[in-house]
Amino acid sequence: MSSVDRATALSTTDAAAGPTKGSRMPRYTKAAKQTQALHTKKSIILTIVMGALLIYSLLPLFWLFVNSTKTQAELLNSFGLWFSGDFALWDNIVATLTYNDGVFVRWFGNTVLYVVVGAGGATFLAALGGYGLAKFNFPGKKAVFAVVLGAVAIPGTALAVPTFLMFSQMGLTNTPWAVILPSLISPFGLYLIWTYAMDAVPTEVLEAARMDGSGEFRTFFTISLKLLAPGLVTVLLFTLVATWNNYFLPLIMLSEPTWYPLTVGLKQWNMQAQTVGGDVIYNLVITGSLLTIVPIVVAFLFLQRYWQSGLAAGSVKA
Amino acid sequence: MTTLSTLPPSGQTRSKWAQPSRRKPKPRVQKRDWTGWKFIGPFMIVFALVLIAPVLYSIYLSFFKDQLVGGNSFVGFENYGQALTDPKFWESMGRVTLFFVVQVPIMLGIALFAALAIDSARLHLSSFFRIAIFLPYAVPAVVATLMWGFMYGTKFGLVGNLNDFFELAIPNPLGNTWVLAAIGNIVTWEFIGYNMILFYAALRVIPTDLYEAASLDGANAFRIIRSIKLPALRPAIVIGGIFSVIGSFQLFNEPSILQSLAPNTISTYFSPNMYAYNLSFSGQQYNYSATIAIIVGLITAVIAYIVQNSGSRKEV
Repeated sequence: MSSVDRATALSTTDAAAGPTKGSRMPRYTKAAKQTQALHTKKSIILTIVMGALLIYSLLPLFWLFVNSTKTQAELLNSFGLWFSGDFALWDNIVATLTYNDGVFVRWFGNTVLYVVVGAGGATFLAALGGYGLAKFNFPGKKAVFAVVLGAVAIPGTALAVPTFLMFSQMGLTNTPWAVILPSLISPFGLYLIWTYAMDAVPTEVLEAARMDGSGEFRTFFTISLKLLAPGLVTVLLFTLVATWNNYFLPLIMLSEPTWYPLTVGLKQWNMQAQTVGGDVIYNLVITGSLLTIVPIVVAFLFLQRYWQSGLAAGSVKA
Repeated sequence: MTTLSTLPPSGQTRSKWAQPSRRKPKPRVQKRDWTGWKFIGPFMIVFALVLIAPVLYSIYLSFFKDQLVGGNSFVGFENYGQALTDPKFWESMGRVTLFFVVQVPIMLGIALFAALAIDSARLHLSSFFRIAIFLPYAVPAVVATLMWGFMYGTKFGLVGNLNDFFELAIPNPLGNTWVLAAIGNIVTWEFIGYNMILFYAALRVIPTDLYEAASLDGANAFRIIRSIKLPALRPAIVIGGIFSVIGSFQLFNEPSILQSLAPNTISTYFSPNMYAYNLSFSGQQYNYSATIAIIVGLITAVIAYIVQNSGSRKEV
């Protein structure tokens, strides 16, 4: 990849990060005002077609909310897309949180642990590494590139079974480490920070810090990290959603329900409801699902503008 | 006056002087500066533990066989031979290939349409559309599959409601005929928004003067899409394609969760990944499972490479 490409990647980041900061998109300020003037007439047909896509996107979430307000009996006997019977949302939430000695709360705590340590650690390692790649020349740098980029092509889940076998040899399975350690690596995050650091941290600043006798790590923590902040937020959000939604890895690594994250726990409740003679708790599965997505959806809505900038940087990768 | 006229040259000389001093770090490189390793080191250590080591370990495993008689023994490529002639493996590969060929173009096509629509400035409330359509990406695959799985239900799900209400006979989406389409729908729902944002971000980088110049030349909106927007989108489409290839061949979450709802239609070897998983966790056939994982990984990497190459070749 040439330096020109990298520069494009960065300018993309800026261009896409920009629009959402102001209420109106800055890129559309001068030039686009004219373009928009050329065809300001909004198309109703286009809006209707996109409306269909919108309904498709939101319908399952609406279904989830409606059905989390129903009792187990109403769930089976009422029309799925509208409210029916008593508004049982609060009862369902209480039941979900207290079922089985509050195991759901435990799973919630586990998920938070995996997300904080996993996503936080992944962001930190990517920041250190990406910065190192962008700002230093060292022996073996090309080999590092080749190996990391090659690893992006290796499908994550293909590695899960071998990783499980290896971790079980090492006695790591059924511990939080089995979930956290693999989450710590984000090749895509490393790539993002690397492209971001090229421009965001001027080499002159580092030179000046060296002249003043600041150690490399001190410079990194006091100066560079601040300059990298927007890139860091992007990586943090990517890893956050990835770890919150992680299912395959914990499913393989954990056999003890006490260490389950929410995703694996919900799946287990659903299976229990399917089994003959099992406690039928569809209302808890549905309410639990709702409680699982609320935090991540809220985080997502608040921070979605950073996502777009991150994806923009990634889109120029090829 | 004199100072003014002498200033520019002196400024130039200074900048000429400044250049070599700025390049000072370069000679340090020749002295083999290892400082960079202090930064990339921690990443590489974890990387070696959770990525490189499992790859090497599974390659090692794939050359051995654990038998009741004779214990663990080196068998060369026997496991590979077994996998390549295993009808269950090929059935699962065929299924994900069909899935990839049908689902990926539909998903990318809708995402492309949505991205162009949002970028066109002809849409009412476009930023609301953008966020709402992107939202499903934040929903965990487990929750997405549970929701759709319930809705697919013919007895008390939405499909059942529709059948009762309109006296229809919509076939069971989780029956043999429709189950792959039902899974395709879930995956499409999850990733349309992600790909849309990917394309939209690429569209935003196109300089607007290009559109102006084109419309001055009399090009209409469709001509602009074909001649300016689509070529500019190619790298983003390639990225979306590669991610989708990897996703299709790695299909696991959706079928494995639906399995409890449709145990008769979703077999233990529905996708190659489910096969590898079940070989390990129900069959204890670790060596064979590792072999399957390696073959799937290799095939995925090759196809992802082909997608990338065909994408960039057209670019030239």
